Amino acid sequence: MQIQFLYFEDCPSHEAALERLQQVLAEEKIAASIEIIRVETEEQAQEWRFVGSPTIRVNGHDIDPPPANAYYSLTCRAYRREDGRISPLPPVAVIRRALQQVETG
Amino acid sequence: MTTTAPITKAAPFDLPGVDGKTHSLSDYADKKALAVIFTCNHCPYARGWEDRILQVQRDYAAQGVQVVAISANDAEKYPDDNFESMKARAQEKNFNVPYLYDESQAVARAYGAQRTPEVFLFDQTSTLRYHGAIDDNHEEPEAVKHTYLRDALDSLLSGHAPVVTSTPPVGCTIKWKA
Repeated sequence: MQIQFLYFEDCPSHEAALERLQQVLAEEKIAASIEIIRVETEEQAQEWRFVGSPTIRVNGHDIDPPPANAYYSLTCRAYRREDGRISPLPPVAVIRRALQQVETG
Repeated sequence: MTTTAPITKAAPFDLPGVDGKTHSLSDYADKKALAVIFTCNHCPYARGWEDRILQVQRDYAAQGVQVVAISANDAEKYPDDNFESMKARAQEKNFNVPYLYDESQAVARAYGAQRTPEVFLFDQTSTLRYHGAIDDNHEEPEAVKHTYLRDALDSLLSGHAPVVTSTPPVGCTIKWKA
């Protein structure tokens, strides 16, 4: 399993998001390494198709696919929680579901 | 990102609001406290705190408090923050505070704002009395332990100096124009 964790330093959510990802990996007993990618310029944001920090991809697929009209930029990413609230952190359930989908093929 | 220190006195502004009016600092001269909050549409932190900002206005309006929200992000790079999107957001969320567009970013620079959301609370003499975050938990309103803005308002309204005068603003960086 290939996991990429893309982040923008100025957005403060990345450390908590990475911890959350590592926690779910541990709970799911998945021994995969995480490629951590720091996105620093607008050019890199375009290159990485980076819609905000943090972005997590499993085997190249975004765990929470952005809408088709999303733009690439150095910003914080908004995730919608199950209760409808907006959060700068990807929900645990979304991370878990993405990992499980790959694990079960 | 700007590293300008926050101001100590409220800087004048004349900015268009989503209500179609121009809003100036002097419009709020009679208020006992004025909270200028730099915010925006797209930032998840700003959106996470949005309801709490509106609730502060509801809870404190009768005591002479005014909250003013200002968005200064580069709308060319961040279209969710353009004036039309601001109008739509204010309508959708039924904003009870003026939502102003600082297109030139001059006001954000004058205040030394860096993040969204970021609070600058002034007393009736336009002196800065609190600067920073709204409270200590962007994620879970139910888990907030320190209501910085409300605590500062309570102090001001009771004639005392806020105990906490500054906290690090937590949120997205303001998106400056090149």
